[in-house]
Amino acid sequence: MILEVLTPERKIYSGEVYGIQLPGVEGLFEILENHAPMVAALGEGKMKIIIDKNSNNSEVYHINGGFVETSNNKTSVVLESAEPVEGK
Amino acid sequence: MSGQLKEVRLRIQSVTSTQQITKAMKMVSAAKLRRAQDAILQMRPYAQKLQEMLSNIVSGLSDDMNMDLAAERPAERILIIPITSDRGTCGAYNTNVIKAARHLIAQKYAAQHAAGKVTILPIGKKGYEYFVKHEYKVVADFWSLFSDLAFENVRNVAVYAQQAFLNGEYDKVELVYSQFRNAATQVFVSEQYLPIPKVEKAEDDTKQNDFLFEPSKESLIAELMPKILNTQVFKAVLDAHASEHGARMTAMDKATENANELLRNLKISYNRARQAAITTELTEIVSGAAALQG
Repeated sequence: MILEVLTPERKIYSGEVYGIQLPGVEGLFEILENHAPMVAALGEGKMKIIIDKNSNNSEVYHINGGFVETSNNKTSVVLESAEPVEGK
Repeated sequence: MSGQLKEVRLRIQSVTSTQQITKAMKMVSAAKLRRAQDAILQMRPYAQKLQEMLSNIVSGLSDDMNMDLAAERPAERILIIPITSDRGTCGAYNTNVIKAARHLIAQKYAAQHAAGKVTILPIGKKGYEYFVKHEYKVVADFWSLFSDLAFENVRNVAVYAQQAFLNGEYDKVELVYSQFRNAATQVFVSEQYLPIPKVEKAEDDTKQNDFLFEPSKESLIAELMPKILNTQVFKAVLDAHASEHGARMTAMDKATENANELLRNLKISYNRARQAAITTELTEIVSGAAALQG
C-alpha cells in the first residue's frame, strides 16, 4: 500500500507501508492493503504508520484532526499539524 | 583643486558602502526567496488533495449542498484583506498591493465605501500603516502576521473572517495579494474569499462513486470546507511572502547596478580632477624654475 501524509507545511511521509492506524471521529481504525475506497474524517489522537510489521518498524505522530482518503491501495492523509511522538 | 578631489573621494566611499548593503540585501532576499518558494511547493500537494477529496464527495452528492459559508447575500458590508510586507526596500511591491486594493474598492464597492461600510483587515505592517493613515476602517488584530509565519497563526485570520461572515458582520470577503510567478514577476490579484464560489461538480459522473464515508457526506463537507478556506488564506500569504522577497531581490539588484554606474562616473571625474591637479603643480614648478633661470 502506498501512503502519503501531507500537512500545509511539509510532506511527512511518502512511500510503501504495511498499514496505518488512525483516530477516526468515530473511533480508532486501521487501513491495510486492499482496503475499500473510503473518505473519513479524523479526530485528535495518535497516528501510527506501520512501515514493516515484522521488524516492528513504525512512526507515531500526534494529530489534531484531518482527513484520510484511500482507493486502489493508495492512501492519502491530510492533516493540519502533526507532532512526532517519541518512545511510542 | 585638492578640495574637489577629496569631495569626490568621499562620495566614492559612501557609494561603495551603500552598494555593499544593497548587494548583501539582495543575497539575503535570494536565500529567503528560495525558502519561501519551497514553502509554497510543499503546500501545493496538500491544497490539491483537499480539493480532490471535496470533489470526490460532491460528485457523490445528489442535490446541491446547502452551505452557510456559500450563502450569497446582498453585498452591503465588505471586508477586504490586503497582504503587504512588513518592510520596504522592495520596489513598488507594497504600493502595487495597496493600489490593487483601492482599485477594487473604487470599482466594485464605491457605494459601500461612501457609506463607510468597507472594512480593511491588513496583513503586513506597510499596508496597516497606509490604511490607518488614510482613515479607513481597520481591523488591526492581524497585521503583524509575518513576524511568525506558521499555519496556526494564519488560520486565526481565516477563522476570524469565517466567523464574522457567519455572524453577518460582513456580506463579502475579498483577498488582495500578489501571486508569485517568478522572482521578477508578481501578479496582483483580488479574489472573492467568502461567500465560497460554487463548487463545480466533476463533469464525468462515471467516476467511481462507491466510496465509503465516515461520518456522513454532509458532515464531511461541513468539516472540509473550513479547512479548504484556511488553506486558501495560507496559500495567499505564502504567495505574498515569496513575491515580497522576489520584488526585494529585483529592487536590490537594480540598486546595485545603479551604484556601479554611479561609481564609474565618479571614478572618471576623480581621475580627471587628479590629473588636473598634477598638471597645475607641474606648470607651477616649471614656470618657477624658468623664472629663477631668467
